[in-house]
Amino acid sequence: MNPENTLKQRKEINGNTLLLLITIVLFVVLYAGGCIAYSGKGFTNLQTFLNILISNAGLICVACGMTCVMLTGGIDISVGSLVALDCMLLAYGMGNWGIGAPAMCLIVLVVGLVFGFVQGFCVGYLQIQPFIVTMAGMFFARGMTAVISTDQLSITAETSQTFYDWANFRIYLPFGGVANRQGKIIMPYFRIGVVVAILILILIFLVLRYTKFGRSLYAVGGSEQSAAMMGLDVKKTKLKAYVLSSFLCSIGGICYCLNTQSASVAQASGLEMDAIASSVIGGTLLTGGVGNVIGSFFGVLINGTISSIVQTNGKLASAWPNILTAALLCFFIVLQSIFAFLKEKKK
Amino acid sequence: MEGNVVLTMRGICMTFPGVKALDHVDFTLRKGEIHALMGENGAGKSTLIKCLTGINDFEAGEIHVDGIQGTVKNHSTLDAQNVGISTVYQEVNLCPNLSVAENLYIGREPMTPFHTIDRKAMMRKAAELTQRLDIKVDVAQNLENYSLAIQQMIAIARAVDMDCKVLILDEPTSSLDDSEVEKLFKLMTMLRSKGVGIVFVTHFLEQVYAVCDRITVLRNGTLVGEYPIADLPRVKLVAAMMGKDFDDLADIKPEGSQDFSNASMVIEAKGLSHKGTIKPFDLNIRKGEVIGLTGLLGSGRTELARAIYGADKSQTGTLRVKDQEVKINQPIDAMNLGMGLLPDDRKAEGIIGDLSVRENIILAMQAKRGMFRQISRAQQEKIADEYIRLLQIKTATRETPIKQLSGGNQQKAILGRWLATDPDFLILDEPTRGIDIGTKTEIQKLILKLAGEGKSIMFISSEIEEMLRTCNRMAVLRDGAKVGEIDGDLSQERVMAAIAGGASE
Amino acid sequence: MTKKKITQHPLFLPLVCVLLVLAVNVIYDISQGNGIFNFFITTIENGVLQGRLITILNRGSEVAILAIGMTLVVSASAGTDISVGSVMSLCASFCCMLVAGYGVSAVSSPEEFSMPLIVGILGALLMGCLCGAFNGTLVAYLNIQPMVATLILWSAARAIGLLLCNNLIVYVRVPEYGIFGGYIGFLPTPILIAAVCILAVSLVLKKTAMGMYIQSVGINKKASRIAGLNSRRIIFICYLLCGLCAGIAGLVNSSRITSADSNNIGLNMELDAILAVALGGNSLGGGKFNLAGSIIGAYTIQAITTTMYNLGISSAVTPVFKAVVVIVIVAIQAPPVRIWFQKLRAQNHKEVARV
Repeated sequence: MNPENTLKQRKEINGNTLLLLITIVLFVVLYAGGCIAYSGKGFTNLQTFLNILISNAGLICVACGMTCVMLTGGIDISVGSLVALDCMLLAYGMGNWGIGAPAMCLIVLVVGLVFGFVQGFCVGYLQIQPFIVTMAGMFFARGMTAVISTDQLSITAETSQTFYDWANFRIYLPFGGVANRQGKIIMPYFRIGVVVAILILILIFLVLRYTKFGRSLYAVGGSEQSAAMMGLDVKKTKLKAYVLSSFLCSIGGICYCLNTQSASVAQASGLEMDAIASSVIGGTLLTGGVGNVIGSFFGVLINGTISSIVQTNGKLASAWPNILTAALLCFFIVLQSIFAFLKEKKK
Repeated sequence: MEGNVVLTMRGICMTFPGVKALDHVDFTLRKGEIHALMGENGAGKSTLIKCLTGINDFEAGEIHVDGIQGTVKNHSTLDAQNVGISTVYQEVNLCPNLSVAENLYIGREPMTPFHTIDRKAMMRKAAELTQRLDIKVDVAQNLENYSLAIQQMIAIARAVDMDCKVLILDEPTSSLDDSEVEKLFKLMTMLRSKGVGIVFVTHFLEQVYAVCDRITVLRNGTLVGEYPIADLPRVKLVAAMMGKDFDDLADIKPEGSQDFSNASMVIEAKGLSHKGTIKPFDLNIRKGEVIGLTGLLGSGRTELARAIYGADKSQTGTLRVKDQEVKINQPIDAMNLGMGLLPDDRKAEGIIGDLSVRENIILAMQAKRGMFRQISRAQQEKIADEYIRLLQIKTATRETPIKQLSGGNQQKAILGRWLATDPDFLILDEPTRGIDIGTKTEIQKLILKLAGEGKSIMFISSEIEEMLRTCNRMAVLRDGAKVGEIDGDLSQERVMAAIAGGASE
Repeated sequence: MTKKKITQHPLFLPLVCVLLVLAVNVIYDISQGNGIFNFFITTIENGVLQGRLITILNRGSEVAILAIGMTLVVSASAGTDISVGSVMSLCASFCCMLVAGYGVSAVSSPEEFSMPLIVGILGALLMGCLCGAFNGTLVAYLNIQPMVATLILWSAARAIGLLLCNNLIVYVRVPEYGIFGGYIGFLPTPILIAAVCILAVSLVLKKTAMGMYIQSVGINKKASRIAGLNSRRIIFICYLLCGLCAGIAGLVNSSRITSADSNNIGLNMELDAILAVALGGNSLGGGKFNLAGSIIGAYTIQAITTTMYNLGISSAVTPVFKAVVVIVIVAIQAPPVRIWFQKLRAQNHKEVARV
């Protein structure tokens, strides 16, 4: 191959992965900035990073599902409400119906599957705009949460000993310990939710890369018409994507609940925004066909770092993470739009 | 079935509401030949292909494919693929965001024992396949990184790898440059030598003579004939495609050719162009003149008109309107200079389907006046009624949604829309397509009447006769460039020779 | 034949909905042992109009105002503006911040304006326009899908509002501030404001060619451009107007509670507004619109909300019903369902013919 050709190709590789690169750089800069600004407040500790993972374990699962849906060119804004519904089901089911934690988790997962199936059917087979469908889903799930209970519930050892144990189980790292005020060395730790989230992340990464279903998500997002012409079942693929999203969202809901150990109607409001922002920031195109869960993972980390910085600062209003996430989302959306325009012009 | 015939279609009939799209058409394809399917707009080429690939349901006739017992009737492109008929369209039907290898194998990927995709095997097979067909690509790269020509070749490679016996190439060269066309032809000849039957649909005559073995010509949904390439020189082909049968329309052209050299200049275009569609051209149009743009479909005749009007903004050159140098960025600028464009694609760019006939007629006039100077309802009704009467638009009421009207009446309403703006220069792109013969005559008469009133008209049509009847002068286009002008004695022979180009044998 | 014509009238669907809601109310009254037409009884108590009908008209004002903007946006761009609820909240917060002074906490609730009321009002309306312009730029000039573009403000506007109000609920304890949510004479002011907005927009639609422009762009963008319309600018204007409507609605809502409760003003309002448009018989796919339908739709939704409240259903649960209604309406309009219906009808015809 002649040198001119290779050069041209290298340039184009950069164009494709530029968004992901920007994301990783952004994360490193943000985190390093946090470390420099708040080194006195323990931001440099490994535990701070693990805490970001712990509090965002649920979001990682949800973002994985969101990425799958967005790959097909759709969107799912029902996830935040579904997480709230999951938490409420868990808390109320274990506390008031006396169902065991494992059984309750199973119920939550089934609810997720059914919810996703209905949404997927409306999008895939009835060809309704995904946004309208999932917006209705969002209000439906939020309303159902209120139907179960409008109280603020918390999950204690009395509610369910098993769940309580899961939630408080710590997995220590064998290194990176830091001495506390009494001089005792405390090893950095993470929780079960993180393990689940990382497993999901790896699993979805493999599914997207190595299975027919994963590749058909990309194909449908790239060009629906072409995908159909090449013999893929577009409707079924879309249905599966929404089922997967809601299912992962339910797993994320359990992780979320393990972290908060509480449930209320207003819980996880705005989570859909974080998930969409994470995916978009991570290089998933809103028009579909391009994206990767690894990118979304970094998107989540950026999100988590922002909240962590705002928390560590202590003086900034709690509204800031929301605004910053939205600003980042806006920035990346405009960036995508400009990229698309340039691509079009090049042709 | 004969030994070397791979596909036969016999007596195919197909009707669209109101139109007989195909009337007992036969088509035969042999092994290892490249067979051109030719015809002007509405001749039935695409309909025939759609019948073959299962997109359209034909009413009568039968299809036989080599190696398959009985008749074949496809209901989807997938069915067609399963019997060995693959189609590659002008817009490549592949996923640009996936790698070349995946585009070749998606839906039929090699699998590992664990039911996952064997990416290594897929890459290897893809590399082998592209090498065998002499396509120079890196199969791991995304498809969008390659030119349209390569993308088309990948689509062909996919078809070939799926054991296709019949390969249909529908306008594959429309957006390729010469060197890319060259590459594509090399691939086509190679496949021919491997025994694949190729149906080649194109508007470029040069290309037909460059690669094809045989030509089938359709006109108005009927078969004109099937010819070996040597028996059908260019001029004869053009004649076969356009038809020579003069219809019984009265000769409405005024006696004697007029002299316009003293009339004032309305449009002076110098070096206008639009990247990828029309090469730089010069064109002058005088007051009261009817200029025809002739050339085959895809020759750039529509694109030339759109570049003047600003529908596709011209990137180069200068435009003078009535001796004033002007800059046209969007259609409204052109309208304010007294232009109007009746687009060729009535449905996509002409009618506003859900709006009433009245609203469709006054739309351009209103746009010219601006949003805040609304034409009063009474005025609107008066104007609408006037044009409904003048153009004899057949509509239940003036408030009927225009989409409920027949094609011809929709066209008249759009024409009314432009007449209402009282333009000095009106571009009519295929105003008579798909409408009945009576309406055609009316529109032709109207063009002459408008010209008589001192308006300049640019007229584009696939039918030479109607151009001959109405135009004072013709500009000839071929392969995206203006190649000449004909004035004075406009005869069918001269025009056809000009369209066909090259050495007219 | 005449029967078919009635069902095809553009206001058929919204009016049927209204009748249904009224019927439920009448049945409720009967079951409660009230007078059959209790619902319609309007009295003047303490010098102001009272009655359930008046309550619905009053409370429905915000949705009606939002529905105006939403109708235009849906028609021109075939997408919805989901940021209206948050923008309402932002505008209310901005107004309160202006008139109460930045940094004022709930405790020291001011007794007088730190700035003239008119500044606050203009500020809020300007903020609404600004948000609308932001959405419009993204949709019209950067070609971003409407709902994704408006998603940004959906999330950010409320948070910015919180920031402006120092994360507190700012109370404005000056009687004049309550007037937009209160009464002028015996008539509730919100009803008046909504009426003025509706009249103004109808007048603009009637006296200028805007209505035709919007529909034309919504139906066929390409053809509209060839016919000389500036499609992008028209879409932009629609989003701008939608933002302005959100600003007005935010003011009314804030005045009603004489405070800026960033977390609750306009909550879930976007769903109500979209539902109003859909109930009004307008296709969410863009194109032709019917403003009267949307307005009727808006009041219908308020009637549903009020009725549910009367029936003792928690306000947190009502979204469930609304969500189901949205999906059902949109599903009926969906192409595959339509084709299915057509087939069914054709089959029925055949069977009738056979008999």
